[in-house]
Amino acid sequence: MTMLVLCDHDRGALADASLEALTFGRDLAARSGVACEAVLIGSGADAAAAPLAAYGAEVVHLAAHDVLTDFGPEAWGETLTQLVASTGASIVTACGTDRGNEVLAHVAARLDEPFVANCRQVDPSGDAWPVTRVQWGGSLLEDATLTAGCRILSLAHHAVEAAPAPTPAAGTVVAFSPDLDSALARTVVTDRVVLTRGITLSTAPVVVGGGRGVGSAEAFAPLEELAGELGGVVGCSRAVTNNGWRPHSDQVGQTGTRIAPQVYIASGISGAIQHWVGAMASKHILAINTDREANIVTRADWAVIGDLHQVIPAITDEIRRRRG
Amino acid sequence: MRILVCVKRVPAPGARINVTADGQAIDTAHLGFTTSPHEECAVEEAVQIAEAHGGEVTVLTLGPADAEEQLRYAASVGAHNLVLVPIEDVDWDPQRTAAALAAAISGIEAAEGAFDLLLFGNESADAGGFQVGVRVAHALGRPVVNGIKGIDVGAGSVSARREIDGGFEVYEVPTPAVLGVREGINLPRYPTMKGRLASKKAEVVVVGQSAEAGGQDRVRLHRPVEQVSETVILGEGPDAAAAVVDVLEELGVLA
Amino acid sequence: MSDFPERANVVVIGAGIVGNCLVGHLARLGWTDLVLIDKGPLPNPGGSTGHASNFIFPVDHNKEMALLGEQSADQFRDMELSVDSGGIEVARTEERMHELARRMTSAKAWGIEARMLDPAGVKELVPFVNEDVILGGFYCPTVSVVDSLETGTTMRREAVETAGCRVFANTEVLDILTEDGPNPGDRTVTGVVTDKGTIEAGYVVIACGVWSNRIANMAGAMIPLVPTVHQMADVGPMDILAETNNEIGYPIVRDMDTFCYERQSAGSMEIGSYGHRPILHHPDEIPSNEEAALSPTEMPFTPDDFDDQMETAIELMDMLGDAEIKYAINGLLSLTPDGMPCLGETPEVRNLWSAAAVWVKEGPGMAQVVAEWMTYGYPRVIDVHGADVARFYEAECSDEHIWSRAEESFNKVYGIVHPQEQWEERRNLEVSPYFSRHEDLGAMFFQARSWERPQWFASNADLVERYGLAEREVEWDNRWWSPVTTGEHLNLRENCGVVDLSSFQIYELEGPGAVEYADYLAVNRVDVPVGRSIYTPWLTMDGGFHSDLTMMRMAEDRVRIVTGVFDGGRDSFWVRRHLPTDGSVSFRNITRNITTLGLWGPNAPAVLGQLTDHDLGQEGSPYGSIIDIDLDCGGVKVPISLFRISYVGDTGWEVYTDWDNGPALWDSLMLAGADLGIRPTGGGVYGSSGRLEKGYRLMGAELESEYNPLEVGLARPRVKAADFIGREAYLAAREKGDPEIAVCTLTVEDHTDGQGRQRFMMGGNEPILTPDGDRIVDSHGRVSRVTSAGPGPSVDRFLLMSHLPTELATPGTDLQVMYQNELYPVKVASTGAVFDPDDSRMKG
Repeated sequence: MTMLVLCDHDRGALADASLEALTFGRDLAARSGVACEAVLIGSGADAAAAPLAAYGAEVVHLAAHDVLTDFGPEAWGETLTQLVASTGASIVTACGTDRGNEVLAHVAARLDEPFVANCRQVDPSGDAWPVTRVQWGGSLLEDATLTAGCRILSLAHHAVEAAPAPTPAAGTVVAFSPDLDSALARTVVTDRVVLTRGITLSTAPVVVGGGRGVGSAEAFAPLEELAGELGGVVGCSRAVTNNGWRPHSDQVGQTGTRIAPQVYIASGISGAIQHWVGAMASKHILAINTDREANIVTRADWAVIGDLHQVIPAITDEIRRRRG
Repeated sequence: MRILVCVKRVPAPGARINVTADGQAIDTAHLGFTTSPHEECAVEEAVQIAEAHGGEVTVLTLGPADAEEQLRYAASVGAHNLVLVPIEDVDWDPQRTAAALAAAISGIEAAEGAFDLLLFGNESADAGGFQVGVRVAHALGRPVVNGIKGIDVGAGSVSARREIDGGFEVYEVPTPAVLGVREGINLPRYPTMKGRLASKKAEVVVVGQSAEAGGQDRVRLHRPVEQVSETVILGEGPDAAAAVVDVLEELGVLA
Repeated sequence: MSDFPERANVVVIGAGIVGNCLVGHLARLGWTDLVLIDKGPLPNPGGSTGHASNFIFPVDHNKEMALLGEQSADQFRDMELSVDSGGIEVARTEERMHELARRMTSAKAWGIEARMLDPAGVKELVPFVNEDVILGGFYCPTVSVVDSLETGTTMRREAVETAGCRVFANTEVLDILTEDGPNPGDRTVTGVVTDKGTIEAGYVVIACGVWSNRIANMAGAMIPLVPTVHQMADVGPMDILAETNNEIGYPIVRDMDTFCYERQSAGSMEIGSYGHRPILHHPDEIPSNEEAALSPTEMPFTPDDFDDQMETAIELMDMLGDAEIKYAINGLLSLTPDGMPCLGETPEVRNLWSAAAVWVKEGPGMAQVVAEWMTYGYPRVIDVHGADVARFYEAECSDEHIWSRAEESFNKVYGIVHPQEQWEERRNLEVSPYFSRHEDLGAMFFQARSWERPQWFASNADLVERYGLAEREVEWDNRWWSPVTTGEHLNLRENCGVVDLSSFQIYELEGPGAVEYADYLAVNRVDVPVGRSIYTPWLTMDGGFHSDLTMMRMAEDRVRIVTGVFDGGRDSFWVRRHLPTDGSVSFRNITRNITTLGLWGPNAPAVLGQLTDHDLGQEGSPYGSIIDIDLDCGGVKVPISLFRISYVGDTGWEVYTDWDNGPALWDSLMLAGADLGIRPTGGGVYGSSGRLEKGYRLMGAELESEYNPLEVGLARPRVKAADFIGREAYLAAREKGDPEIAVCTLTVEDHTDGQGRQRFMMGGNEPILTPDGDRIVDSHGRVSRVTSAGPGPSVDRFLLMSHLPTELATPGTDLQVMYQNELYPVKVASTGAVFDPDDSRMKG
């Protein structure tokens, strides 16, 4: 009996999430008494095969076909479905990334089996396996059962930490040639565009936010400078747009844009819930505020207590100093 | 262009989501409801396409009778036709949902002609199954791509963009096609007051459907153990700048 | 948290506009050791302040609300957190135009600049208004928009900086601790239990907005208010608004007839509604900060309730139709059973204070009121009897009552509310023993707090013809009034009338210290012979009126206190609050044990004489005395107390008997008087026409804490030796010599309005003006206004009462009164009684 772990890669560069999937998969395979086998699909995938043995892949299936020039959800899904048939796999898993979840959905649709996305725990016992999966982007967990001929489930991203197996597995590379209709090329990537411009509020890695405490339209200049140093953009609270200091397109919040940057530097912002809703998805928050009890301060990861008009230029200067 | 958008009515929770005593649903006593955000963007995208290229936008939801509120909201921002597939239960599993939707869409298409484009949200805000659009597309035999943050309509095809690290993947998908749309593709408009008032008069077509339950069964919902994070005070005033930059370096945003 | 205090002198719960301003004002008054806590984050903890529309329309018919609104507006201005946007109340109906004329009158009374606009005038100020749907507008240029969050932050910082106030956000109150004492049945607050620890506290103030009653209940106290939805939507952007480049460039428009307002907020318009169905929530239904999608008091919008408002808003401002609805909420605010705030110490728990049901527009002023109250024992800035949390009776504090009143009053927020307007629901909560008889007589009941009182009796309709009376010409003047009441008045003067006074609130002090304590409460001497009674003011610490009432020496160690139904809650609390703690005096409320009838008129002695052989002349029952006798009520012996006094100016008695004896007493009097012209007589005579002819002052009208006994003509020649509350201030006032003002009765010399109709004032603060039309204001800023108004049928004049500067308080002085924005000539008639000024009818 076999478990297939779909490993994602980008033209041969293995995605980190794949190692999470394998770490999770080999444990699940052991507990289910099945062999843990990895799957790599598409041209160039062989370059990604090397590390998989260390993470517990007994076999690495390398699927290649003329259609598989680049990622294509339908072609990948069809390939994996055929591999399930040929290996008689009873479990199929992947990491719950965009691609992982998408390809597994295709497999499930083709096999007419359930697909449980973004599991945190799986208990392979009995007919109806107890699983715990993520809802509401992680705000809530769902205990469910999975009853299926072939069990298809993805692992919630970051639910486990990738770790090599105590003993490396064989990692025997086996080629697989799926039988694909050329029509499946219809959903294969045809082009890639590298972004060089147009960082937006919703995509910026750093947002420097200003609130009522900034005081005027002109006083946003130091925020622009800091954002420029960090490759980010300036956002603002509703009070700011209400005062006409910034355009509405800069507004972060319930009635503005929801942001999810790597770090949100919130200055002179109290953290009214209106605003918070738009900022809460930020990976990290650094607050600069005169009020230690301000909402944004209590919810931030880091805070500087002080006047933004002094603190922000000091940060910009420090960055420039370190860069020389 | 004939465009169908499938939307889901979901609660609009705050920072903490409560679960009912039986664990079967979210406690919505304090909550309003909204259209799942990706789907709200899908409606906006459909309306923008129809505005640019002509055509009609139909919005369909599978949900409780109250989901009419989300259909009317869609009408208030420009959708033309509203279809409700009513269900009694709180939530159907993804297989069952997809089967009912596919059947409902087939029924509409049989009567009124095929849709050129079916838009779904990438995943619902609440259950997050990541599969209903794919299953419906498969059932209807149509191409489908998820994660779409840009659509250009061509002749007999659409060019769809999907965000990846540092850029976009581009897909050229022949129509009729199915796309899973993601928030950020556009900034959905708010309804105007006239739009809201007009939407009250819009007709909601009710299409009954039944489908068999799939293999994923809810046992209960619960909240994860919360991680309480203390705020680290880096310092007071401009003297804290060095500590701030240390943090920024650690986060890798100084590169 | 380690720095969470274990003790504080004052703990203020709630960091909204009220709590923040309160710690600021306490700091200014010298308080230290303050702690401010809130369960939410700062600066917006998620209460009603956070989503307030933040504008102040200063004109209000109610004196407390108007003056505290102005006071608040000035405080916002002083902090430079206010901008005068101006505001216009527009009318779509004739009835509303009359209401706007009434607004003009109130604006004049309070000295607020205002003018009427025709539709074109409205459009000139607000060019996007559709002038075709309106008849006119009431424009007030000093309508202001304030920054309530920043104001709160500023006041809080002041308290932190000047008084070391410690502030704890995200700190939830779990319980309020109390202990027994100091007197039996009393509770005293001792501390607050929070999720961060327990604080012992000398004082606890509840400034928790919509949550206040829930917090009060933790201590066994009640702050009767209910969280009520006020829908609000932010729509935009609109170029014409964005082009003003500021928060607000156009006057706020209140579309009064649709119960809706439009207020610019930068490039958007905020539309607020009081026109939807009443939507009430129990405090327990309000989500926590974490559970709420926006904030706890910004509840999910229910669009169906708002659609009608949108339609009418588009009618008034067409551009709104294409504006996007960016933000819409069911915002929560607090409503109380009578529409007034809840301020002051809670009567249930000593040192537990309420500063609740206060909106942003009056927040800073009311915070000052509470701070002064805590500091001086009574507020100085203004009399607040209408906002005193002790005013409520138990029947008014039930959830059922609060909810019913809130539902009924919600749509009156922008409604046209007649000064005499009666409630529809929650009637007959407390009725006299004669209630069924009065119903049979077709009584028109007016509700006084929770008590029903007949205002007039339909059974007396024949008197209208007998005395040749008529309805009033204008419906507004005639509303809640009847010429029958004048008939009852004239009959009482000619024959006699019997008035149900069972709503009198009656208390007794008993014990070795009872008389001494009674004297400590009263200006006049209570230590009189047993069987004598006195009328006396009770003063505040500053020497103003807290109450006026009668006190009776029932026994060596027992004093009875009789006060009016409107003041019972406040007065009983005042007595209990100052009660000696040595156990020498006990207090009890015997209101429900005793029923009172007033029997007055020239035939009163003859009527009563049929039921007793006792000498009812001035010898056997002298004026001011109380005698206990038995009446023969159809063979049944009914013991009564006869108190010879009159509030209507005719001979007769207040007759007290046991509650259960009431019906027998009533029936016997009516039977005995059948041939002597006895008539059931309503409150229209007792409280209005009869009283006015005699110039008797009324608590809450002529008598308020801003006035001392000298200024209202109630000072005695000498001051008793015994100490009493307010004595020092009273003596100081006497030292100063003659008072600056006097209470006068004025006669209306011509009732004819601009349309040739006869008009009758309401006694609703209509300004008294000089012949030149100027306001009359004394050196303390107190304005001359009509405090009472009503007919004087026996002097054939319509009577007004007002405080006037002494130089104008001379009979014959010609002045004017403004009513519905028109002027009428009035003449000062007297500083005493205009009818039977030497009291020969009562004392003869």
